Amino acid sequence: MLSVMQSYNDLRSSQKFRKRFSIWVRLFIALFLIFFSIFPVLWIISASFDNSQSLATQTLIPANAGLNNYRDLFGLNPDYQFGDLYYWKWVWNSVKVAAITTVLSISITTMAAYAFSRLRFTGRVTMLKGILLIQVFPNLLALVAIYLLVFQFGEIIPAIGLNTHAGLILVYLGGSMGLNIWLMKGFMDTIPRAIDESGMMDGATHFQIFWRLLLPLLRPMLVVIGILSFIGTYGDFILARILLTDVNKYTLMVGLQIFTAGQFDKKWGVFAAGALIGALPILITYLALQDQIAGGLTQGAVKE
Amino acid sequence: MSGLVVDKNKADRSRKEAPLTRLIFIILVVVFDIGAFWFIRSAVNLGFTQLVIIIGVITVMLNLIFLIPKAYPFRWMAAGLSFLILFTIYPILFTVYVAFTNYGDGHLLTKEQAIPLIQKVTYLAEGGKSYTWTAYKNDAGAYALWLTDPDGGTFIAKPGEAIRPAKPGDPGVGEADSSGIPTSLDGYQRLNGLLAATDKELPNIKFGIEGEQGVQIRSPSEAAELQIRYVYDEATDTIIDQSNGDVYYNVEGTFTTRDGKTIKPGFRAVVGFKNFVDFTTSPALRGPLVRIITWNFIFPTVSVLSTFALGLAIAILYNDKDMPFKKVIRSFLLIPYTIPGLISIIMWRGMLNPEFGVINRALESWFGWAPAWTIEPIWAQTAILLVNLWLGYPYFMLITSGALQSIPSDVYEAAMIDGSSAWQSFRRITLPLILVAVGPLLIASFVYNFNNFNLIYLFIQGGPPIAGAATQAGHTDILISYVYKLAFESGGRGVQYGLASAISIVVFLIVGTITLFQYRFTNMWEEVSENA
Repeated sequence: MLSVMQSYNDLRSSQKFRKRFSIWVRLFIALFLIFFSIFPVLWIISASFDNSQSLATQTLIPANAGLNNYRDLFGLNPDYQFGDLYYWKWVWNSVKVAAITTVLSISITTMAAYAFSRLRFTGRVTMLKGILLIQVFPNLLALVAIYLLVFQFGEIIPAIGLNTHAGLILVYLGGSMGLNIWLMKGFMDTIPRAIDESGMMDGATHFQIFWRLLLPLLRPMLVVIGILSFIGTYGDFILARILLTDVNKYTLMVGLQIFTAGQFDKKWGVFAAGALIGALPILITYLALQDQIAGGLTQGAVKE
Repeated sequence: MSGLVVDKNKADRSRKEAPLTRLIFIILVVVFDIGAFWFIRSAVNLGFTQLVIIIGVITVMLNLIFLIPKAYPFRWMAAGLSFLILFTIYPILFTVYVAFTNYGDGHLLTKEQAIPLIQKVTYLAEGGKSYTWTAYKNDAGAYALWLTDPDGGTFIAKPGEAIRPAKPGDPGVGEADSSGIPTSLDGYQRLNGLLAATDKELPNIKFGIEGEQGVQIRSPSEAAELQIRYVYDEATDTIIDQSNGDVYYNVEGTFTTRDGKTIKPGFRAVVGFKNFVDFTTSPALRGPLVRIITWNFIFPTVSVLSTFALGLAIAILYNDKDMPFKKVIRSFLLIPYTIPGLISIIMWRGMLNPEFGVINRALESWFGWAPAWTIEPIWAQTAILLVNLWLGYPYFMLITSGALQSIPSDVYEAAMIDGSSAWQSFRRITLPLILVAVGPLLIASFVYNFNNFNLIYLFIQGGPPIAGAATQAGHTDILISYVYKLAFESGGRGVQYGLASAISIVVFLIVGTITLFQYRFTNMWEEVSENA
C-alpha cells in the first residue's frame, strides 16, 4: 500500500517536474522566436534614431543617437538632398484613400452578402463560385487595361482621371466584390433566419430587416473586415504607383518605395523613420484587436 | 412549412413596396441614364470604343436590374457588379484579347491610327510641280523659302505651316528687288545664293505641312513638290510605294514586301497563338523560362511548408493553459503580420545587403564569411524564402491556434490512456485534424505565393539576372514578375504586352486549376448548394 502511494507521488512529482521543465524549455524557445520576429523592428527603430544615417555603420544601440532622420523626414533640414519627401502629405493621402475605400467597399460588400445569404435567385451559386475563381486571375496585366480606362475617364471627367485619388478609389472598389463577400456571407449565415422571419411577420421590407435587424448583429464582422480592408488598401503600392504621378499625390507606400530607389544605403535612416511612423498605427491596431481579427479570420476560413 | 410562410410574405412585400419605392427607383434610373448618355456621347466623340461598350453594358444592366421587379435580388449588388465589370471582368477580357495580338512596342497603334501616319510619309518625286527658290533664315536658325512657280505665282513656305501665296510688299514681306524677290521676310534675313546653295541643312528640310502639301529643295535652282509615298489600297489591304512600285502586304500587323522590307509603324493585329508558340519554342525565351517555372513551383511550395510548420509549431508549443505569458508571447510573434508588406520587404532588403547589411556584418565578424545575398542565385533564393517565412508564419500561427482549440481534449486523453507518445498523438491526431481544417488555406496560400509579385519585385526585382537571357530575367523571378518586366520595363526588346498577356493566361490556367481542385477537395461547392 505504502509503495503504491510512494510510486504515485513519484509519478506526480516527476510529471510536475516534466511539466515545469517543458515550460522553461518553451519559454527559452520563445525568446529565440521573439528575437527572430522583432529584431527587424528593433533594427528599424535603432536606425531611425541613428544620426549617421548610413546602413554601413549602424549599430543596434546608435553611437550618436538623435533626431536627425526625423528632421529630414519632416523637411526641417534645409541641407537634405536625397530625394523628394512630402511625408505628412503622403500619410494623409494614404489615410484618406484607405478610409473612403473602406467605407464604400464595406457598404457594397455587406449589401451584396445580404442578397447571397438571404435571397434566393437563379445564378446565385454560379455567381458565388465565379467571384472566387475570378480572384485568382493574375490581374497584373489588367493594369494595362485599368490604366487605359482611368485615362479615358479622365479625358471625359478630369476629376476621376489619372493622378487623382478619386480615380484610384474607384479602381480599389473594383475589388469589393471579392473574397470579403464570402467572409460576410458566411457570418450572416450563422445569424438565425428566425430573426428575419419575425421582422417579416411585422411587415418589414428587406431593407428594413437588413438595416434594423441584421446590421447591428453584424458589427463585430464589419469591424474585422473594415480593418483588414483598410490595412490592405493602406499597404497597396502597385495600383497607386501606376495611377498616381505627382509626388504630392503619392500614397505613403508609393512615396516610400520611390524614395528608396537609388542610394538606398544613404537614405536608410530616413526610410527607417518614415517606415516606423507609417507602420506604428497599424501595428497598434492589430495588437489591440488581435482577438477579434483572429476570430474573424478563423470564422471565415477554417472549417469546423 | 417555413418556406411557405416566406413565399406568402414575399408576395405581400412586393405588392406593398410597389408605389413609392418604385417611383424613387424610376427617377434614379432616369437621372443615371441621362448621365450615362452624356458620358457615352463624350466617349463616342473621343473615339473610346471600348469605354462606350462597357459603360453601355453597365447602363443596360442597371436599367434591367432596377426596372424589372423579378431582378430584385440584384439591386443589392448593383454597385458591386458595376465595379466588377469595369475593373475586373473587362481587364480580364482585355488581357485575353491582347494575348492573341502583337500589342507592344512597334505595334502600339490600331490599324486605323497607323495608316494615316504611314500615308503622311512623302518623297521627292522625279516629275511633279517645281519652283525656283530663295532661302531666308531667322536669328533662331529657322528657315523659310520664297517660291516662284513656272506661271509666275509666288508663295511663302515654312516647315510645319501651310504654304501660302504672297506678293512682295504684303504685310510682313519686304519690298521686291530687281528680279521680283523680296529682300527680307518678317524676322527672316535673305541668304545669298552661294550660302544657300552650300547650306547643309537646307536640302533635308521639308517645307509645308507633312502629308498635305510639302516642298523640298532638289537642286540649287529647283524646289519640287513632295508627293505621298505610300498609298493604301483598302480592297487588297496592301500599300504601294509610289517611288518604286513596291507592294507591301499586311503581315501580322506590319506592312511587308515579299522580300522582307517593312514600313514603320506597325499596328495591333490578331496573331493567333503566336505568343503562346513563341514562348514555348523560341530558344532565347525558353532558357530562362524553364528556370523561372521551376523556381515558381519551388518558391510557393517551400514557403507554404515552412510558414505552416513554424506557425503550427508555435501554436502547439504555446496553446497550453499552463503556459505563462501566453498572450505576451503571441503578441510579439504576431508583429511581422502587422507591418505593411512593402515596409517589411524593403527593411529586409536593407538588413540583407551583402556589403552594409547588419546580418552580413555580424556573420563576418563571427565567422569571417557571409553569404552574398542578392548576388549569388542560390543565396538570393534562400533570402527570399527566409523573408517569406518571417512574413508568413504569424498567419498560420493565428489560424492553427484557432483550429487547435476546436479539437476536443478527450481525444488526447483517450490516446494517452492507450499509451500513445506525444509524437504519436501529434502525428495521428493533431496533424490530420489540423490538415482537414486548414487544408484549403494551405492551397490558398500556395496560390497566393505562386503570384507573390510584391515580395519578388520589391526585394531585388527578381535579380540576380540570368546570364545570356534574351529578356530581362532573374534567378528569383517568378512568372508574374517576369510578366511585369515584359509588359512594363522595356529591357532592350521593348514592351511586349502580347507575350506578357499570354503568360498571364498560362499562369491563370495553372492557379485556376489548383483552385478548382481545392473547391472539389474541400466540398465548398456542396456547402453553397446545400444552403440554396
